[in-house]
Amino acid sequence: MTADLLLQGTVSGLLLGGVYGLVACGLSLIFGVLRIINFAHGAVMMLAMYTTYWLFALCGIDPYLSILITAPLFFIVGMLIQRTVIEPNRFAAEHNQLLLTLGLALFLENLALVLWQGDFRTVRPTYAGASFMVGEALVEVPRLAACGAAIVLAVVLFAFLRTTDVGKAIRAVSEEPEGAMLMGIDIGRIRAVAFGIGSACVAVAGALVTPFFYVAPDVGESFNLMAFVVVVLGGMGNFVGALFGGFIVGLAESLGATLLPGSLKQLIVFALFVLVLLLRPAGLFGSARGR
Amino acid sequence: MAAEALGGLALGALLVVPPFLPPYFLEVLISVMLFGYLGAAWNILGGYAGQFSFGHAAYFGIGAYTSTLLFLRFGVTPWLGMLAGGVLAAAFGLGAGYLSFRYGLRGPYFSLVTLAFAEMLRVITVNTKAVGSSLGLVIPNREAAPANFVFAGKLAYYYVILAMVLAAVWITWRVARSKLGYALLAIRENEDAAEASGVDVLGMKLRAMAISSLLTAFGGTFYAQYFAYIDPTITFGPSVSIQGLLQAIVGGAGTVLGPLVGAFVLTPVSELSRAAIRGRAGVDVMLYGLVLILVISFLPKGVMGWVSRWR
Repeated sequence: MTADLLLQGTVSGLLLGGVYGLVACGLSLIFGVLRIINFAHGAVMMLAMYTTYWLFALCGIDPYLSILITAPLFFIVGMLIQRTVIEPNRFAAEHNQLLLTLGLALFLENLALVLWQGDFRTVRPTYAGASFMVGEALVEVPRLAACGAAIVLAVVLFAFLRTTDVGKAIRAVSEEPEGAMLMGIDIGRIRAVAFGIGSACVAVAGALVTPFFYVAPDVGESFNLMAFVVVVLGGMGNFVGALFGGFIVGLAESLGATLLPGSLKQLIVFALFVLVLLLRPAGLFGSARGR
Repeated sequence: MAAEALGGLALGALLVVPPFLPPYFLEVLISVMLFGYLGAAWNILGGYAGQFSFGHAAYFGIGAYTSTLLFLRFGVTPWLGMLAGGVLAAAFGLGAGYLSFRYGLRGPYFSLVTLAFAEMLRVITVNTKAVGSSLGLVIPNREAAPANFVFAGKLAYYYVILAMVLAAVWITWRVARSKLGYALLAIRENEDAAEASGVDVLGMKLRAMAISSLLTAFGGTFYAQYFAYIDPTITFGPSVSIQGLLQAIVGGAGTVLGPLVGAFVLTPVSELSRAAIRGRAGVDVMLYGLVLILVISFLPKGVMGWVSRWR
């Protein structure tokens, strides 16, 4: 095992980790406000990736530029999902809400399979192959762009939650829903907005990865699973933790791929997941709450 | 009285009618029974104890792989392999359950950890040449040999799975009326209160886990023998786990007959949709997703909950 390979693994892992972080931020925000683990998060990402693909294939719109369309579009899609599917069941048992998002994921993924079949599609703009060397490690430009944009977006979102009225209302609802309601916050609206923002996050993440990832109906599943791991690592509802957790999981996966044969790298991620769930269910950065 | 008469009539029909069914309907009925069986196995842990496992594929896969490997490598009859797989799956379930329950994982956290355990087994199987890796295992030589769990026609398989379903329903009924059943309901409704009232929460959950995983593994062996082919995605993949819980949720989790009722509702939905829209994969699972959303929104206690309202 040479140092070069390890360096390459570290670089690739960190770059993908940023995207995992952004996916997980959306999941974490939704969990913080709605208290549900959204199994349909990956399916929303998949729909956003198809949207990016079709905008590129049919209208020739650059994947990065298409974010201006996908982000607001999936903000609205998220709000609609929340309003029509989740809100009517907000008083249902916790496990039933979980199954609700599972049903939604099954529906959306297989809808995509019915509409566009299972073939792998790719978006390859001219810069898709661009890369440069840092020491002995190859850095692919689209991956770097995805990671950079994901971090920027996460920071913007963080600032939004800290400084704006809507952001503060979201945090209030996530910390103390009843208190927030007594302060005159329209909880139903905030829940919808949070779901919308979470969906927009994962949609942007989807658009960011299309220049170097394939698009297929089940593509969101692996990202969703990774996001679960990340969110558990970072602490459910913990925003900053989600971003850091993204880097840890990206690194673990990538170094696992360097050190282990075949697809055994996933084993490392799952082992990490189980260990954190068992030992620190509130996350590496969380307090004891969350069980 | 009416309910018992109806039940007896249904049982009689399940015993007498199948030999006269055309092959296609017999196949569908076998699917109904297999899914109903998996639902019943899941129901003991998920429905009665309220522990929503998203990873029952782990036990299904252990059952399928244990009996098949024992048969292919050592010539052990799958009937014995079935028992071995069941014991192994129960041991795995007890280990996974002990870890999860001991460390206080509840609700969605338990669901996630069970999903992770099943996925780990899938990844290990995919990467292990000795168990056929991602290519899976084929059971060759399909000459009828009832001693080796190979039958000439589908009808015999039907009666095997029917017997398994009846056994699972009987076990569920016995559990529901036992001290264990009441303890599980108490845990499901309020774990802390159950603990405070002196219920051995950990022990009771583990018992439910052992029964549930053992039964699920038997289903895995049946699958392997019936289809003569298994691979890591079919057996350890998330869709197996979802199938089991889907039947129970749609039919009515925590009821004796719920999972079977669920299978009788869901399987025809999937068969009809597949027949109506040919050549497009995914239609059936798409409808499953829709049915799941609709059932939770409008019949949160499943078909059985809806039926009991009219009695």
